[in-house]
Amino acid sequence: MSVAAEAVLPAAARPRRRVSFRAVFGLGVLLVMGGSAVLAPQLAPWDPTRQMLLKRLRPPMWQERGLREHPLGTDHLGRDILSRILHGGRISLGVGLTAVTLSALIGVTLGLAAGFFGGRADTLIMRLVDVFLAIPYILLAMGVVFALGPSLLNVILVMGCTRWVQFARIVRADVLSIREREFVAGARARGNRPLRLLLRHVLPNALTPIIVVATLELAFMIIYESALSFLGLGVQPPTPTWGWMLSDGRNYVATAWWLATFPGLAIMLTVLAVNLLGDWLRDTLDPRLKV
Amino acid sequence: MPLLAVDGLRTHFATAGGVVRAVDGISFTIERGEVLGLVGESGCGKSVTSLSIMRLVPPPGSIVGGRIQLESDDLLGKDAEAMRRVRGARIAMVFQEPMTSLNPVFTIGDQIAAAVRAHAGGRRRAAWERAVDMLDRVQMPAPRDRARDYPHQLSGGLRQRAMIALALAPGPELLIADEPTTALDVTIQAQILDLLRRLQAQRGMAILLITHDLGVVAELCHRVAIIYAGRIVELAPTARIFDEPLHPYTRSLLRCLPHPSRFGQPLSSIEGAPPDLRQAAGGCRFAPRCPLAVESCRREEPPLVERRPGHFVACPVVSV
Repeated sequence: MSVAAEAVLPAAARPRRRVSFRAVFGLGVLLVMGGSAVLAPQLAPWDPTRQMLLKRLRPPMWQERGLREHPLGTDHLGRDILSRILHGGRISLGVGLTAVTLSALIGVTLGLAAGFFGGRADTLIMRLVDVFLAIPYILLAMGVVFALGPSLLNVILVMGCTRWVQFARIVRADVLSIREREFVAGARARGNRPLRLLLRHVLPNALTPIIVVATLELAFMIIYESALSFLGLGVQPPTPTWGWMLSDGRNYVATAWWLATFPGLAIMLTVLAVNLLGDWLRDTLDPRLKV
Repeated sequence: MPLLAVDGLRTHFATAGGVVRAVDGISFTIERGEVLGLVGESGCGKSVTSLSIMRLVPPPGSIVGGRIQLESDDLLGKDAEAMRRVRGARIAMVFQEPMTSLNPVFTIGDQIAAAVRAHAGGRRRAAWERAVDMLDRVQMPAPRDRARDYPHQLSGGLRQRAMIALALAPGPELLIADEPTTALDVTIQAQILDLLRRLQAQRGMAILLITHDLGVVAELCHRVAIIYAGRIVELAPTARIFDEPLHPYTRSLLRCLPHPSRFGQPLSSIEGAPPDLRQAAGGCRFAPRCPLAVESCRREEPPLVERRPGHFVACPVVSV
């Protein structure tokens, strides 16, 4: 294998790293998705909320009855699907990213504290995790959104504050084993402060599962947002989101497949790209696999 | 004044099954530039002694008695922050496992440079140069290239060299080496011992060498303390321990070493097992396994007495 051959070469003779398909594909798709979300107002051929009842439920343009001006067809209110997907990406990707970032920040911090300091901090945080796991997160979200009123910011807050347990549990479990490893004891014996032990010696070694969970959670957040929208608690119609389009199109799936399929494809492609990128990132960040 | 003076150190572990007296009244001193060996079998308390000096005994263990003085500083009286400043800067440690003692996600140059900056401050660039210099001093081949390597890219011997460079970067006065060569094969062991001896002579640094390997002791140590069940039973210059061991335990231990003159005979072992450290010792801890034991051995705990100049033994029975 070429990998084995490279391992024995001295540093100077090491060949440049090959370009990874996962990285190129993942990054490429994400850039296209992100770019088109950012540029949606310029790119979209129609106003995503404009209803044209005379042209309702038209199929994509390559099918019979399809119209050139609606490449991906129209929905049951005659709105242009392509424009709605472009605009929906703004909400879905934006909400997903910010919510994952928020929940990772909370979860990783609490997980690190629980695993590293142990004792009372651990008990307290893990019981809190149990409480969050015991309450169905949709129910919790419903309660909070009812209390605060549905808005984009509240949706992000609710999503971030209910899913942090995923990060907290995985980080704590990892930290429990990392803190017992000899290099942590060695760093302590060299007089490092506890905070520095945590941030330089423990956290970098726990990064791999965090990245993997983050990519899975980004996918979950996109679905979560659609579930909230579906219940009328998320982003309010007529603002388009992928999740809402998907649930809305479900009713017509037998007669008008394009309603649910295209937003579904958008979600699938994005999630796939994120996962591939996360996979590649994990391998790249792990020096044992870096040759 | 000795560099390090440990006096009557007692470190106990409060477990569910009772109090384990891992270290129960250990006293010794190390002079500047001296290499003292701490020898004993597994579980006799040698590692707990070294962790006690660093004040890093893991719970449920705690230091319940004694004094530890680093020159005129009382280490047991220091608060956490003051003790933290002693670790690494004045007392450094090298561990047994070179495989797991380095952080896998940073290059070794990064790790040494970080240790340099933590103690001496300075710019990133200068710390990196110092790291390369340290690697050169521990005779790492091509130090500038190796500094950019991750720990997993190095062999066990090179990793242990990197560990030593890391420990010595802040310029400690005392190095505690806990089984530094146990995980290495014999040729590498000899190289690492040679390196330690050279660095020790260059820097006038004291070393507390913890090992169960009497061969390592003979290579490196000026004086040796033999530990049995949490107490020192014999403390003497290295040559004396090998030529004229006094304590029955030391004698039995030396008989366990393979020797050309006993070729063809089975290796000897010491009958019985070390005592349960949860029970308070009424007499000499070695008495149940000792061929010389008399009635009084089981009643009174023998103190460590200087029977010959510089040769301390905790056995009143043995004739000098």
